Amino acid sequence: MPQQISIFAENKPGKIERISGILGGNNINMRAITIADSGDYGIIKILVDRPVDGCKALKDEGIAATLKEIVAVRIDDSPGGLHKAASELAKNDINVDDAYGFTIRGSHEAVYVFQVKDIKKTEKVLQEAGFSLLGDNELYFL
Amino acid sequence: MFWNKEVETIDRKALEQLQFKKLSAALRSAATTPFYKKVFKENNISVEKITSLDHLIDLPFTSKADLRLSYPDGMVAVPRSEIIRLHASSGTTGKSTVIFYTAKDIADWADLLARSMMATGTTRDDVFQNMMGYGLFTGGLGLHYGAERLGCMVIPASSGNSLKQIQLMQDFRTTVIHITPSYALHLGDVVADQGINTPDLGVKKAYLGAEPYSEETRDKIQEQWGLQAYNSYGLSEMNGPGVAFECELKNGMHLWEDFYIMEIINPDTGERLPDGEAGELVITHVNREAMPIIRYRTRDLTRIIPEQCPCGRTHRRIERIKGRTDDMLIVGGVNVFPSQIESVLMKIPEVGNNYQIVLDRHENLDRLHIRVELYSKMFQGDMEGLNRLKKKLVEELKALITVNPRIELLEPGSLPPSTGKAVRVIDNRKI
Repeated sequence: MPQQISIFAENKPGKIERISGILGGNNINMRAITIADSGDYGIIKILVDRPVDGCKALKDEGIAATLKEIVAVRIDDSPGGLHKAASELAKNDINVDDAYGFTIRGSHEAVYVFQVKDIKKTEKVLQEAGFSLLGDNELYFL
Repeated sequence: MFWNKEVETIDRKALEQLQFKKLSAALRSAATTPFYKKVFKENNISVEKITSLDHLIDLPFTSKADLRLSYPDGMVAVPRSEIIRLHASSGTTGKSTVIFYTAKDIADWADLLARSMMATGTTRDDVFQNMMGYGLFTGGLGLHYGAERLGCMVIPASSGNSLKQIQLMQDFRTTVIHITPSYALHLGDVVADQGINTPDLGVKKAYLGAEPYSEETRDKIQEQWGLQAYNSYGLSEMNGPGVAFECELKNGMHLWEDFYIMEIINPDTGERLPDGEAGELVITHVNREAMPIIRYRTRDLTRIIPEQCPCGRTHRRIERIKGRTDDMLIVGGVNVFPSQIESVLMKIPEVGNNYQIVLDRHENLDRLHIRVELYSKMFQGDMEGLNRLKKKLVEELKALITVNPRIELLEPGSLPPSTGKAVRVIDNRKI
């Protein structure tokens, strides 16, 4: 199951600078980054090519980081592409806690990445509706 | 285990006779000092008229301010050539106060600490690593002399330099440590960061002192280190550590009544309170040649436990110090002790051991901020968990202190680590 690194960070200058420095220094490549903000603090979520190593490198520097399982689904990079996947989730009453997306270079496809409570059920719903899910290696090396 | 069973289990009547005998001598000696000569004269006190312990309440209190006024030697009762040492308080709130000791005072103090340490089961077979600051502060040298008197192997490590401390503990198989509670928590984390299971160090006992802390903090330190932690109480005006010490039963601290006469007073009226009631601890030092001090207002809040301890010692116990009359915070008219806040924080595993209490005033209203570090290992990676934690902290604190605090969740390691006496309260209010 694919994982992202979730990092607790105070809402202050220099936080991304420090984190990206540690990841870069450990030769870890980022695929996507997003920040969930809650005033004084937030959670920085990063999709990287080597999540286990990346998370360890951050923890070794004293940063509160953890690995979080996610669902990554391949969608069409065309108008309404996300809507098709989102419709399946809504139909099955699946609530998306947190999401982001990116397109795949040189293709007409995009990836929708999100967190849900029940990952197994979500994957089943999407697979049965004909969507292709990305496994760890597939996702990290896009 | 008793260091001096006869004195420690003396019957109350004989103890009171001994106290009175020593009090009379201390008063005669005090009357020769410039400070008490003046005080006794102003208050019409003649030492000969003090014919029982009950007359103690007729004598005026001595305060920290009096010690400052008589700086440097207005309370000294012996010739300069008899004095072999001085200690001084930190003086963070003003001019420092100085305490003097004769050779007998130092020897008696060491003996009292040997008695205190043995009451917890420490013997000459123990290796004692002293992580309190040496120097003018009484904490370091006080227990150092006591442990030597007892016959322990003493490692005078002093405070700070955590990696060196760990090395010493490993190389010399330290069994007993003397440490501030805030540094114990920090050092325990440093040990774990080195990949060592802290209890594997084999430290069996810790003497905690020099700063106020809660029962929850003791539990946390005991669990973290896998040791037994004992409360100790002391203040430089009364020699330093060893005024009161817990025995192996860890249920209140025996205040050594052959050295000190204790009273509990109402801090507002000065009126003496019966045993069992909470108030300010007042102590008369009846066992110091160089510098007798009469009815000293410690500003520490506690109560006397009236029941005799099952350990057999007849010297009465005092409860853990609840706070100080001068560290009580008044927030929006409500009395709040930092120890209350600490007791809540230590029960919540998602926050680290370090914290800060910050007070400021916004539009004439007091605001209480509590800054805590998120504990890395408990971070689940979702905002919901963080918000839940914040809500739990607010609710538990509000239930205890009735003030609504603002919680600031910080990244691990963002507060300065404590290596000695921790600065926990920052009051930015301008009145």
